[in-house]
Amino acid sequence: MERIGKISSIVTPLDRPNIDTDQIVPKQFLKLVQRTGFGKFLFYDWRFEPNGTPKKEFVLNDPKYTSSHILVTGENFGCGSSREHAAWALKDYGFDAIIAPSFADIFYNNCFKNAILPISLDKKLSADIAKSNSVVGIDLKSQTITYDDKTIHFEIEPSRKKTLLEGLDDIAITLQYESDISDFEKAHRL
Amino acid sequence: MNITEKILARASGKTRVVPDDIVFANVDKAMIHDVSGPGVIKVFDKLKKEGIQVDKLWDPSKIWVAEDHFVPSAEKISAENIVKLSKFTKQYGIEKHFKYGMGQYGICHTLSHEEALVLPGEVYVGGDSHTNTSGALGTFACGLGHTDVAYVLLYGKIWFKVPETLYFKLNGKLPQNVMAKDYILKIIGDIGTDGAAYAAMQFGGTGISEMSVESRLTLTNMTTEAGAKNGIIEPDQKVFDYLAQRGAKNYSPIHGDRDAEFAKIYEYEASDLEPLVAKPYSPENIAPVRDVSGVDLDKSYIGSCTGAKYEDLEAAARILKSRKVKIRTEVVPAAISIYKKAMENGLISIFLDAGVTVGPPTCGACCGAHMGVLAKDEVCISTTNRNFPGRMGHIESKTYLASPLVAAASAITGKITDPRDL
Repeated sequence: MERIGKISSIVTPLDRPNIDTDQIVPKQFLKLVQRTGFGKFLFYDWRFEPNGTPKKEFVLNDPKYTSSHILVTGENFGCGSSREHAAWALKDYGFDAIIAPSFADIFYNNCFKNAILPISLDKKLSADIAKSNSVVGIDLKSQTITYDDKTIHFEIEPSRKKTLLEGLDDIAITLQYESDISDFEKAHRL
Repeated sequence: MNITEKILARASGKTRVVPDDIVFANVDKAMIHDVSGPGVIKVFDKLKKEGIQVDKLWDPSKIWVAEDHFVPSAEKISAENIVKLSKFTKQYGIEKHFKYGMGQYGICHTLSHEEALVLPGEVYVGGDSHTNTSGALGTFACGLGHTDVAYVLLYGKIWFKVPETLYFKLNGKLPQNVMAKDYILKIIGDIGTDGAAYAAMQFGGTGISEMSVESRLTLTNMTTEAGAKNGIIEPDQKVFDYLAQRGAKNYSPIHGDRDAEFAKIYEYEASDLEPLVAKPYSPENIAPVRDVSGVDLDKSYIGSCTGAKYEDLEAAARILKSRKVKIRTEVVPAAISIYKKAMENGLISIFLDAGVTVGPPTCGACCGAHMGVLAKDEVCISTTNRNFPGRMGHIESKTYLASPLVAAASAITGKITDPRDL
């Protein structure tokens, strides 16, 4: 899997709470199972008119944010259906990090399977970063975010951090623990 | 330890776990359906390219497959996914594949209890967020993304962070016309859609002992709407009898210790509860039915894993008997076994005489997939579990979540109606 270490770009602010995975990728695209190319369906019903023309007022359609790799959004991001298509679409669109006051659990897990860094931050801090107009830097190794001449720290579980820094997926992580697993198996044979 | 902690401890070979511990748990059962299945197949394809062996599953007898979201096949892509699923189960030797048009089939979370596929004390994961439902049987049950499920299918284990547990105690029996749905809506309204984020929600108290197994399943089903990792209820004789009727034997249930600890305890008096709805566009947007009665409706939908179990249909039929619906009303039994029982007991005739359309089991309109999705500005009262924008169709349609009694009473008047006022 792709490694995630340093990310720097302007941030895309999407200030709504409780964005569920059906807003991220509407159900009509679930039948498609290729893992790539989902970026074009990201936030589809918010991004496009029924006839497919982009809605000017939606933030992703503002050319200013075309090169953004960081999404800053509201609490409980990714709630609802467990569809991993949501993570696929965000990644494919170009987002490497998502900052929010909180994430829904299954979505949060899915991020780490798809080289996306989800960062939970205090609501005030997150709103502060959303307002930043210049380039924001995220350094996973030092667990810091730099914006508007400020540097703040964020929390992440060490094992999750390692997953992203080294580009490991679960299979690769498990293989590292192969001897522990076989010890476990020996000790618990029926 | 409480029941969630004890199940995770046993599954990971530990004598004791506490919240926030990371455990590497053996999984007892796993499920995929016609959306997560093709997703898992794609993950397998990717792993194969990376040189990882995917030609054998951990234990095909512990894996089962449902066809529920886009069946009977809604159009050609869904049809192709169904073919893909059939090839997959044949290739890997999975026998428990519930196919539409071939006897018993239905919504995955309904089959899990109707067919006793998941048992007390087990660890059960599925490629669907409402996998939490099965926790009503005393199981640790939770939903996972495609990659996690693919991993479980290959290795039969996965790691969990032991969740802290929120305990919801219900004192007394639910009043007439108040259903389990009203209780869970009340809770979600109180704690919010992320009120139980990564926590277990455990239900207990005399109100739960009084409740049928099917009603309990409504509670655990919607723990997902509060962001819970899992929902769980200590299994009792009602659960054991329910499972015995379905041929289950040889399992070892787990109960929490007397000194079990909970992160927080919430207490509710059953006599205080009343019929509720969740207004658009969030399951936490709760109001008493009487506060919104009179809202004009276009449709009533009685379906889904939350609201189309046998008892749900029975409750709706009590209201619909000898009456006529004023708006489009659909009843979609959650599994063939429920459909058959409803037919044998005269429920289907009651529905048809009332003017209702009865559909074959499917997730269908609940997830806005097919068979009755909503048009722009249409307003629906529904026994389902989510009402986010566009969930049941057009992004500007509106869904009110309610119990089967409220959905049926509202079908009769064409407006949101408290069954007590009918």
